[in-house]
Amino acid sequence: MLPKTRKKALQKEIAAAEHARELVVDVLMALQAHYGHVTDEAVFEAADLLGMTPMEIEEVATFYTFIYRRPVGKYVIHVCDSVICWMESERPLLEVLCEKLGIAPGETTADGLFTLLPVCCIGYCDRAPAMLINRKAYGPLTENKIDRILTGLRQEG
Amino acid sequence: MYPQVLFQNRQPDRTATIKTYRAGGGYRALADVLQQNAAARVRQVLLDAALLGRGGAAFPAGVKLSTVAEDAPYPRYVVCNADEMEPGTFKDRVLIFADPHQLIEGLILAGFAVHAETGIIFIRPEYEGAAAILEREVRVAEKAGYLGKDILGSGFDYRIVVHRSGGRYICGEVTAQINALQGKRPNPLQPPPYPTEKGLWQKPTVLQNVETLCCMPHIVAKGADWFKNLSLTPSGAGTKIFGISGRVQQPGCYELPMGVPLSEIIEDHAGGMIPGSEFKACLPGGASTGFLPARHYHIPMDFEALKKAGNRLGTGAIMVFDHKTCLVGVTLNLMEFFARESCGWCTPCREGLPFIRELLYEIESGRGKPEYVPMLQEMSRHLWHAYCAFAPGAAAPLASLLDEFEDEIQDHIKRKACPFSALT
Repeated sequence: MLPKTRKKALQKEIAAAEHARELVVDVLMALQAHYGHVTDEAVFEAADLLGMTPMEIEEVATFYTFIYRRPVGKYVIHVCDSVICWMESERPLLEVLCEKLGIAPGETTADGLFTLLPVCCIGYCDRAPAMLINRKAYGPLTENKIDRILTGLRQEG
Repeated sequence: MYPQVLFQNRQPDRTATIKTYRAGGGYRALADVLQQNAAARVRQVLLDAALLGRGGAAFPAGVKLSTVAEDAPYPRYVVCNADEMEPGTFKDRVLIFADPHQLIEGLILAGFAVHAETGIIFIRPEYEGAAAILEREVRVAEKAGYLGKDILGSGFDYRIVVHRSGGRYICGEVTAQINALQGKRPNPLQPPPYPTEKGLWQKPTVLQNVETLCCMPHIVAKGADWFKNLSLTPSGAGTKIFGISGRVQQPGCYELPMGVPLSEIIEDHAGGMIPGSEFKACLPGGASTGFLPARHYHIPMDFEALKKAGNRLGTGAIMVFDHKTCLVGVTLNLMEFFARESCGWCTPCREGLPFIRELLYEIESGRGKPEYVPMLQEMSRHLWHAYCAFAPGAAAPLASLLDEFEDEIQDHIKRKACPFSALT
C-alpha cells in the first residue's frame, strides 16, 4: 500500500485533472517509485485511484520502456543500441556491459544493484555511444569510462 | 556566419532566462496579436510563411491550424510533440535547453490562433531535465502574465501542462500520442476523423513539433517574407536545425538556412569527415528516410530538393556513413529498432519487420541467398499497407538500400561474409 500522505497527494492531483486517466503514467511512476517496480498490487491500486479497470492499467504498464512490471535493481541502465551508438562503438556497448556486469540483457545483478536494458535511440547521438543510468545521460563512452562509472556507483552502493 | 534565429540565445551549458528572451524581442509578437485580437492574422502569416512541420512529415503548419473550423466545439487543444525519438534526432532537446520561452511563446501563439484553452507538452522520459526546465519556466511565464486567465488583458485564457511519457517511439505518431494522453495503450488510429476535428477527448487538437512552434514567434513578429528569405533556395523557407552525427568530426546541432548544401554542412559546420573517412551515404532526416548516396553530396537541404531526389528531409537529423561502414549492417540495426518499437497492432508492421530483420541478419552473417533480395523487395512494398506512417518509414532505408546499394548486398552473399568486417 502507498503511504497515506503519498496517496492523498495523488488523489488531489487526480481530482484537479480534467480527466483522471490522463495521469495514468504519472500514477504508475509514483507507485513504481514506492514499490521499486509496478507490482500486481500496484496495478490494482492504480486502477482504483484512476477509476480504470486493472486490464486497462496492464495495457499501459506493459507498453512503456520506463515502466517496469518486474523487479529492477537500484540502478537501471538503459543502453542505446540504435544506429549511431552502434556505429560509434568499437564493440557493442550492450555486449561490453553484459560482460562487465555478468548478466544478460533484461537481468539484474545478484547484489541487486544493476539492471541492464537495451533501448532505442535516447537522443544523445552527439555524445555517442551513450547510455542512461536512472535517466541520467552518460557519453561518449569508452570501456574505461564505463568501468569508472560502474565502480563509482558500486562504491555509493 | 548565417543569421541565428532559433539559436539566437543559445549559450554553452546555459538556459536562457525570460529576461534574456524578452531582451531579444521575445513575447512582443504575443502581446501584439493579443492586443489586436488577431488570431486570423496569426494563421494567415504562418500560411504565407510556408512553415512546414519540422517533426518529419513536413505538413504546412498554417494549413493545420486553419483546418480547425471556426465553429468547432470547445475545449480545443494544442499538443507540442517533444517526444523526439527518431534515431539520430536530438534537436528538440537542444532547443528546449537553449531557450524554453521561445517554445512557450510559440505554443501560446498556436493556442491563440485556434482559440484553444490548453497547450500540452508531450515529452519523452529520457528528457527529464528538459521537462523540469519547461515546468519551471511555464510557472515563470504564468507569473509574468503570459499564461493563465485573461492574458495581458485580452480575455484569452490559456494554460500549459507538461505531460511526461512512459517512453515508446510510436508515441511520436499523432494519433498514438493522443491515445497516450488519454491514458490508453498508444496504438495509432487510422484517420478519419483527423485530430484537428476529433482529437484529444474527441475535441479539435492541433499537434506541432517543438521546432515548428519555436519558429512561430519569429514569423509573427517579423513577417512571412522575412522568414521565406532566410532560405537559400526559393523552394524553402526559414532556417533549419540540422542535427548531424556519425562519421564527422564535430557532431552537433547547427542552425543553418534551409537549402544549405549537404557538403557545406559536413565540411564547414561539422568539421568535415573524421580522418581517413570518405563520405559514402547519409540518412538525411532520421531513421525513416532513405540512404542518400554520394552523387547527392552537394544537394540543397530543403524539403523540395530531397523530394525530387526521391528522399525526404524528415527531421533534418543527418547521419553520416563512411566507406568503411556496412550499410547492410546499418539497415539491420534500423530494422531491429523498428521491429522492437512496432506497436504490434497491424500485420504488415508486426509480421513484416521481424521477417525483414531475419533476412538481413542472415545476409550480414554470411548466410544470405540470392533469392533473399527479391523477398526483401516484396516485403518492403508490403510495409506500405500499414495503418500509420511507422512501417512506411521503416521501408525508406530498406528500399533505398535495395535501390542504391544492391551491390553491397550481393557482395555479402557472394563472399558469404560481411565485406566490411575486415576493415574495422
